[in-house]
Amino acid sequence: MKPKKEIKKIVFQSAEDMPTMPMSIGNMLWNKTGSWRNIRPEIRLEDCIQCGICWKFCPDMSIEIEAEWPVVNYDYCKGCGICAEECPAKCIVMVEERK
Amino acid sequence: MKKVIMGNHALSYGAMLSRSQVIAAYPITPQTQVVELLSEMCADGTLNAKFIKVESEHSAMAACIGASAAGARAFTATSSQGLALMHEMLHWASGGRLPVVLGNINRAMAPGWTIWTDQNDSLSQRDTGWIQFYCASNQEVVDTVIQAFKVSEALAIPSMVVLDAFALSHTYEVVDIPDQAKVDAYLPPFNPPYRVTPDDPRAFGGLTGPEHYMELRFKLQKDMEKVLEMIERTGREYEKQFGRYLGLVDDYLCDDAEIILVTSGTAGYTAHVAVDEMRDHGLKVGNLRIKVFRPFPFEIVRRLTQSAKKIAVVDRNISYGHHGIFAQELKSAIYGHGDCKPVFGFIAGLGGRDITPASFREVVDFTISHDRPEEEIIWIGVKK
Repeated sequence: MKPKKEIKKIVFQSAEDMPTMPMSIGNMLWNKTGSWRNIRPEIRLEDCIQCGICWKFCPDMSIEIEAEWPVVNYDYCKGCGICAEECPAKCIVMVEERK
Repeated sequence: MKKVIMGNHALSYGAMLSRSQVIAAYPITPQTQVVELLSEMCADGTLNAKFIKVESEHSAMAACIGASAAGARAFTATSSQGLALMHEMLHWASGGRLPVVLGNINRAMAPGWTIWTDQNDSLSQRDTGWIQFYCASNQEVVDTVIQAFKVSEALAIPSMVVLDAFALSHTYEVVDIPDQAKVDAYLPPFNPPYRVTPDDPRAFGGLTGPEHYMELRFKLQKDMEKVLEMIERTGREYEKQFGRYLGLVDDYLCDDAEIILVTSGTAGYTAHVAVDEMRDHGLKVGNLRIKVFRPFPFEIVRRLTQSAKKIAVVDRNISYGHHGIFAQELKSAIYGHGDCKPVFGFIAGLGGRDITPASFREVVDFTISHDRPEEEIIWIGVKK
């Protein structure tokens, strides 16, 4: 995988500085959708077969592969449960969020 | 090369000569032949484009938006209910600043279920941020599609090329098909500054907060304001190459006219014939056919109607609870500029009812015999 680009929130001071089309202005840095979550996925790595299906299926790109193991990014995971549904090893469980 | 072709095929030839790279469309009467011919061209290799079959017009426009964002020249065509179904995606194309070109065959909106012409389908999309061209001949259709890509790509605003159902879509006329090499010289490949590509990943059209949204709309409007000048400039370039000029309006005997008819689409050509007849009878009538509706060519309309005593706008459309839509535009164009001359708003030809030279004689008779319009709408040919 290529190294990730640095993300930073951009606030344009004038219309002229802005790109013509609404594009890559880093608004998701503050729009942390993880706060919407009612149930959270927890991955039991001891049962994980490293297939990458959770990473592939996550519609919000909130599962990352770090050193070959999946890690949930709770800043953005909305708790939809698709990863738990698709996991062939059934090693992802959805746990009620404690707020 | 000259060919006798139907209006729908004129759209296909325009898209082919422009070397459209992606065509996504869903068939609807009276548009079907546009995409039939394009699919044949894609199949036999005449046109090197990806033809995407879709399950609805909403998806057709969505596919064009995706293609355009990826840097491909995208074309689609639709009509009436299909255009209405595209409505949400029309905003995505203009807001995303993607220069898609769409051929729309003017067909009245149902119910009652109808396939015949009027302009309410395209004029209902007035505020979506698309450039709108209204054509009156098959030649104009071919030429307009090619120029629409040029203007759209220069300013990153999508274009709608509009023609009347049957009166143009299914009418065969002699069309001078522009030479491909000349079109290539006129319209170079689409090369947007940003595109969807794995080499430079970006989020397009993502969440935009109050600190940015208004500037984006400001920029769209500012670029929209450049369209008229761009149409004139690229029109002159086109004229140099092909000998035909596509301007903002087609003005006929407006200079000395006491009454100016304001028309659009094929009814505008009928008006042209009617003006000749009326001139033979000594009536000083002119015809101002509006070719570009969005952005509205305020300045040229003001200039050409300056010396007229009365203006008679013939609308093949209606804004319910208001007037004919071109009549509104005319009033807003001349308000506060010079003498306040009466604008007579006529509505004719809804749902494909014929607009004939006799209709224009009726319009002119009424306009001559009344000092003021008296009613907001004067209906032509309605069985009251």
